[in-house]
Amino acid sequence: MLTYTIRRLVLSIPTLLFIALVIFLLLELAPGDPMAQVPLSVPDEVKAQMREALGLDQPSHIRFGKWLWQFFVVEPSVWIDATFGSDIAGDKHRVISWQTRSPVMDIVVQRLPQTLWVVGMSYVVGILIALPIGIYSAYRQYSVFDQLGTFVTMVGYSVPPFFSGVLVIVIFSVQLGWFPSIYDTTHEVVDWDSFVIQLRQMVMPVMVLALQTTAQISRYMRASMLDNLNQDYVRTARAKGLRESSVVMVHVLRNSMIPVITVIALGVPQIFGGAIITEQIFGVNGLGQLLITAIQANDLPMVQTVTFMLAVLIVGFNIIADLLYGWLDPRISYD
Amino acid sequence: MTEPALTSTPRSQWRDVWDQFKRHRGAMVGAGLFLLIIATVFLGPYLWTIDPTYIDIRARDQGPGWAHPLGTDQLGRDTLARMMAGGRTSIAVGLTAMLLALGVGGFIGVIAGFFRRLDGPLMRLTDLFLSLPLLPLLLVMVMLFREQLSQSFGPETGIFILIVCAIGLTSWMPTARIVRSDVLALKEREFILAARSVGTTNAGLITRHILPNVLSPIMVSATLGIANAIITESALSFLGLGFPPDFPTWGRLLNDATVYIQDYPERVFWPGLAISLTVLSANYMGDGLRDALDPRARSK
Repeated sequence: MLTYTIRRLVLSIPTLLFIALVIFLLLELAPGDPMAQVPLSVPDEVKAQMREALGLDQPSHIRFGKWLWQFFVVEPSVWIDATFGSDIAGDKHRVISWQTRSPVMDIVVQRLPQTLWVVGMSYVVGILIALPIGIYSAYRQYSVFDQLGTFVTMVGYSVPPFFSGVLVIVIFSVQLGWFPSIYDTTHEVVDWDSFVIQLRQMVMPVMVLALQTTAQISRYMRASMLDNLNQDYVRTARAKGLRESSVVMVHVLRNSMIPVITVIALGVPQIFGGAIITEQIFGVNGLGQLLITAIQANDLPMVQTVTFMLAVLIVGFNIIADLLYGWLDPRISYD
Repeated sequence: MTEPALTSTPRSQWRDVWDQFKRHRGAMVGAGLFLLIIATVFLGPYLWTIDPTYIDIRARDQGPGWAHPLGTDQLGRDTLARMMAGGRTSIAVGLTAMLLALGVGGFIGVIAGFFRRLDGPLMRLTDLFLSLPLLPLLLVMVMLFREQLSQSFGPETGIFILIVCAIGLTSWMPTARIVRSDVLALKEREFILAARSVGTTNAGLITRHILPNVLSPIMVSATLGIANAIITESALSFLGLGFPPDFPTWGRLLNDATVYIQDYPERVFWPGLAISLTVLSANYMGDGLRDALDPRARSK
């Protein structure tokens, strides 16, 4: 297991380097010019100086190397400095956003809590709803509940978040007026009343994201339960005279959770990517919204860094899912 | 020695598949609905002849009525006509992008499964593509290349090519994986050995013996691929990175309607419903097809 973990971690390094290169080349090949917004009245030599200040006068391989150095060496050392009060980073150059002229990672750290609150909460809510639905519809296969559950999961798959999001705004915000349609990120929770306000503004984004999570996870849960319910050990457990609840909720459930947990782990990075649209609808200024504005403003270092961080999440959670699978299911050995 | 089993004519495989497909009620409803949507969108303009770009400013912001069954928008353009025009683009994008993804995915899957030497590199490539953050990359691609392509091919064709290529090149991986695993299993079967022993070339083996037998996973991928492509195109249009504003697609119409959500909340309903119904019917169709093509499910 340890050898396998180490091998996977080592193998992920060339993967990540390649992904970084793909993103970089894509941005490099693009015809968009970061100086396009500069007025024509600015003289050419000033423009040349501005390009130099952005580091654009250097050839691409140097800039790629610099970005790698900044992302993998300078940013972690800044982080270590901030945590332990040391001074490794010194005054080395960090990845700087072209929009705001401040370090990209500082902005990411500012935006992260909003995304984590909304996205993380919705993922947890979605899983908590999905598991019981999946268990019960497998246990009563082809019952009315199961048919209804299948239909609802199909709808959850098919209705895109930009429609369900707008729909809940129309229903709960415009017609009923229960919840605010815009998420106010400056709101601070200090007492019970402000906590209620925070809760109310989180309901709709969480509902939209949780619908998708529920649809996916409950389907996996149902399929996995169905696989296990017909196994011999279930008949043995019943023949021993165990109560039905302990047969299903202990024996079957524990075995069925193994693939579902890996699916849950694999879904974490996806939900970050999917949150881009939901954040746009409800005006949550999280990571997704940061990425969209950066793309629109041609802010290449920001786009490169945020996209690469999403790739790191995907690769990381893939490894976590595989390791979890081996750890939970002793029948699978990687060595 | 009589063999009574041979007296009846053997049933073809596709006949069996169709019989099984017919028994899946959701799939039949899905297929019917999907054909109905396609017919409405492509044949509808012959019956409902109002030009979707015709601006009648005096008839703006109307509700449903006899002159305009779905009402008009803020410039007095007929919503029904715009819905049909938007559907044509959305479905055309979905179909073309799906075909591209199937082509790339099927090709890589067959080659990787057939030639052992290419298997490793091609599957690593597939894994690499699967670890890319797709939606952000799509956004970046569309944002950065739209100017250039609209200049060389005109705003509509340029964006069409860009979006189809972007979606196709980022969604071929699941097809490649499924096709590869099927080809790997097929390669060990006796009929491949027999074909090889009579001197069939590799190209002949692939086109005559392998491809017809991996058609079923490809067909399932196709139905699910349409759904995926339509959702992705609508998402891009919704984020304002799709087709130009005067060129309606369902995602674009939904995006336009959200601006007027306070005053005319019913306007977001039609494009959203159209996207959801199309995707829902395609998903149900894929579900039924998967059941119908799986011989284990058929014996039940």
